[in-house]
Amino acid sequence: MKYMLLIYEDDADRSENMEERMPHCLAYRDAMVKAGIYVTGDRLRPIASTTNVRVIDGAARVVDGPYVEIKETLGGFHVIDVPDLDEALKWAARCPSATRGVVEVRPVWPPET
Amino acid sequence: MIRSQEGEGHPSGRDASARALAEAVARRSYGRLVAMLAARTRDITAAEDALSEAFASALRDWPLRGAPDNPEAWLMTVARRKWIDATRRHRSAEDSLPHLQLVADELGAAASGGRASADERLPLMFACAHPAIAQAVRAPLVLQTILGFDAAAIGSAFLVSPATMGQRLVRAKRKIRDAGIPFEIPEPEEMPERLEAVLDAIYAAFAEGWSDPATDTRRDLAEDAIWLGRLVVSCLPAEPEALGLLSVMLHAHARRDARRDADGEYVPLDAQDTARWDAEMLVEAEDLLRRASALPRTGRYQLEAAVQSAHAARRFAGRPDWEAIAGIYDALLALTDSPVVAVNRAVALAELHGPAAGLELLDAAADERLASYQPYWAARAELLSRAGDPAARDAYTRAIGLASDPAIRRFLERRRAALATAPSPA
Repeated sequence: MKYMLLIYEDDADRSENMEERMPHCLAYRDAMVKAGIYVTGDRLRPIASTTNVRVIDGAARVVDGPYVEIKETLGGFHVIDVPDLDEALKWAARCPSATRGVVEVRPVWPPET
Repeated sequence: MIRSQEGEGHPSGRDASARALAEAVARRSYGRLVAMLAARTRDITAAEDALSEAFASALRDWPLRGAPDNPEAWLMTVARRKWIDATRRHRSAEDSLPHLQLVADELGAAASGGRASADERLPLMFACAHPAIAQAVRAPLVLQTILGFDAAAIGSAFLVSPATMGQRLVRAKRKIRDAGIPFEIPEPEEMPERLEAVLDAIYAAFAEGWSDPATDTRRDLAEDAIWLGRLVVSCLPAEPEALGLLSVMLHAHARRDARRDADGEYVPLDAQDTARWDAEMLVEAEDLLRRASALPRTGRYQLEAAVQSAHAARRFAGRPDWEAIAGIYDALLALTDSPVVAVNRAVALAELHGPAAGLELLDAAADERLASYQPYWAARAELLSRAGDPAARDAYTRAIGLASDPAIRRFLERRRAALATAPSPA
């Protein structure tokens, strides 16, 4: 079963310390690859670079930046394929970001056939 | 449960003291009361519900009328009434009135203290750790029924979602009721196997508490597990494995403070300052092991305790007794065939015969269960590094990627960085 691990962290803290923390994140991803469970993943650029689009009354509108000021924002994700939620939670606990922010473990719908 | 009872009426001095008393009684007697109710009703959920209603009544009643002289008897009497009401409401055709009456009478006798009984928590533990109950839920079930933890706290400790843990506990309790799992201490011929399941459940709880001492977000279960271990030993003082388990837990717990340095960094066993080990706890652990050794049977927990004891010998001898440790791991491996034991044995033999011998054993132990086992990769990295093999770097990286404790992650990183002086492949 596929699970998406969504990583929420303090955006400023994450940007400042990115370089120092990268080796942890790479080791973590490497462990998932070697365990044969890794599907995909990426890290996202800082929240300041985000743009929102919404269609209002039939017209697309662009809204700048995040709507609300929240401390922890989505900073990256991994998709893993493991037998069950217990296993997914074990891997989420190993995510270096779980000690600073929170890792949301979300099951993915199987693709429609 | 008592924790969920909040804000009834205006807070007053009397109210607060009644709540404090109810909480104290809950801590002291929750498991005992659940056990007394469940042993007679054979239904843990019904027992917990009745007791929880009794605690709610206590919080309403005690501030008005003053606390009773014997709070436990008061709670049992009320819980008995609540159980009778609930059973009458939900009674199905097959529950006969005479049966209900019989159970009600037994509960009444227990409430008035008319029947001097041995500790009923032990039979309840045997029901929770019955072979018919899925292994993964035995420890959570014991923690809930004996200590009154809620599903969310237990789920968090065992890294399972609260909803899933709640479902598993409900299902297990239903199974105990519907399958008629007995609330009894097993017969002598069944005892070793059945006791092992109880001890395994306690050790699982202990390990959850112990593996992550740095964070306060997960509840530390080590002390609760030791408390359960003491309860079993007090009920079964001549069971060598019960003594062995308590000895193992006390040995490990005695080193608790020494596992972190002043900066909160992880300190491995062989680098720990023995002066920071809890000497009193170690004396008790050694005494338990001696008592176990005097009894005719040997088992896994006695052997584990003997390993701990040989490590503790470093206090006096300056070095652990590696010959003894290797020998005990031989016996443990023969007994359990556990890949984790195989890893520990390889590390011990590397101390005696050098890193190459240890690595050979690690290769032989390679098992898919070890592929994501952090200590396996850490041990491998350590031995490769001692052997001067540049593959140590990759093994450390693998262990770092698998670590969930940030202090251990930093420790492994320091070890990997220390390799930098050695030549490494480009």
